[in-house]
Amino acid sequence: MPETTTERVIRVIAASQHYDAAKTASITPTSTFEELGIDSLDDIQIVFALEMEFDVSIPDDAAKSIRGIADIVQGIEKLLAEKS
Amino acid sequence: MNRRVVVTGLGVYCACGQSRAEFWNALAAGRSAIGPLEGFPQVRFPNAAQMRGHDPSAHFTAKEIDLLDPFAQYALIAAAEAVRDCGVAWTDALRESTGVITGSCVGGKSTEDASFRELYEEKRTRFHPMIIPRTMANAGASMIGMRYGLTGASFTTATACSSANHAIAQAMWMIRQGQLEMAIAGGSEAPFTLGHLKAWEGLRVVSPDTCRPFCADRKGMILGEGAAMLVLETLDAARARGARIYAEVAGAGMTADAHHITQPSSDGAAKAMRLALRDAGLETSEVGYINAHGTGTTANDPTEATAIRAVFPHGVAVSSTKSMHGHALGAAGAIEGAATVLALYEGVLPPTANFTTRDLACDIDVIANEARPRTVSAAISSSFAFGGLNAVLAFRHI
Repeated sequence: MPETTTERVIRVIAASQHYDAAKTASITPTSTFEELGIDSLDDIQIVFALEMEFDVSIPDDAAKSIRGIADIVQGIEKLLAEKS
Repeated sequence: MNRRVVVTGLGVYCACGQSRAEFWNALAAGRSAIGPLEGFPQVRFPNAAQMRGHDPSAHFTAKEIDLLDPFAQYALIAAAEAVRDCGVAWTDALRESTGVITGSCVGGKSTEDASFRELYEEKRTRFHPMIIPRTMANAGASMIGMRYGLTGASFTTATACSSANHAIAQAMWMIRQGQLEMAIAGGSEAPFTLGHLKAWEGLRVVSPDTCRPFCADRKGMILGEGAAMLVLETLDAARARGARIYAEVAGAGMTADAHHITQPSSDGAAKAMRLALRDAGLETSEVGYINAHGTGTTANDPTEATAIRAVFPHGVAVSSTKSMHGHALGAAGAIEGAATVLALYEGVLPPTANFTTRDLACDIDVIANEARPRTVSAAISSSFAFGGLNAVLAFRHI
């Protein structure tokens, strides 16, 4: 079964933040950055990693409004739909 | 108020050794770390004093490494040793009055080089968001300050090969003046990237063999890398807490040649040495050792020898430890400052390695190949940068 957008997003975040298996497993589709302890510096590294993974361009405004996994998945799916 | 400033902690991380002890053992034995340049077959000069076996993961987490160019890693590693070595017990008051003052000539070159390659060669359109904080020349100083929570005056000087001497001098003066109680001062550099090495190749000052300062058959400089950090505090504070005192940073002198962008001037060098002695309250006869700028280039060495003879007509023992650790650019003054402080503390004057034939144009007392056991009461360490910016530190035995 192909990876869902949510699974890809979680994988990209975990790699970007060097999470171990336990921390990665704790991320859910509704996890917020606050819950994960992601600060603004981590945030821009995640945005960069997402752009590389999905080959999309995330606008600055959208990047600043991300609060958690759900925002990312929704935003990425919109960008992917616009691309196709 | 006479606030004398002393060195109570030393950390060294360079090609000669990845700790103060390893570094000093190599220098005292006259053991050069210059060897084949690895990783850059496109570069014409064959040798360098590269760091061997640097393993970032032995010092930092993966997440920390994302933020740290090698030059900042070196700075943090050297600072960690210096802080451990000085045995300080941090208090909130001390953290507020401790600063980090570092030198770096080229900043995060590895990061910059890699990103330029992605842009120009790989035609990448997206860039890692940490390139700016990794490349900025003050990254080392800021990271050290953050690690220990130090909120006193902190900054980075970029004056080519004099960067670290300017930094250490400022730190000493700021403590003397009362702006700081303690400082972590030094320099770090990681210049081994293809783009940067090709630029040095273009300047045609790098030796095709090794670094032989003050020799008749010298053929140029050898690039080095690494970091050294000195913990500075007042003599009174050091004595009050029973700290080990390596030496006093007794004074500093700075001048500008205003002469030529790469050719040195003996007048500017001599004036900087005299100013350092005056600031330190030292007579020339008290100085028993000079850790010279001694790059091994055609231009520097006779010019520097002329300046030394002008300031010290009665003679003084001189060596260039660049013959062992290479020219570490913005870290040079820090590594050589550590060598000078250890020479005073250990009572051993490190040699100029690779010495072959005396050059009559460099008519000074060069300590050739073997260290001299000798306790001296004072020593100076000189840096004369491209751009004609000179900075000399004077140290006194305690």
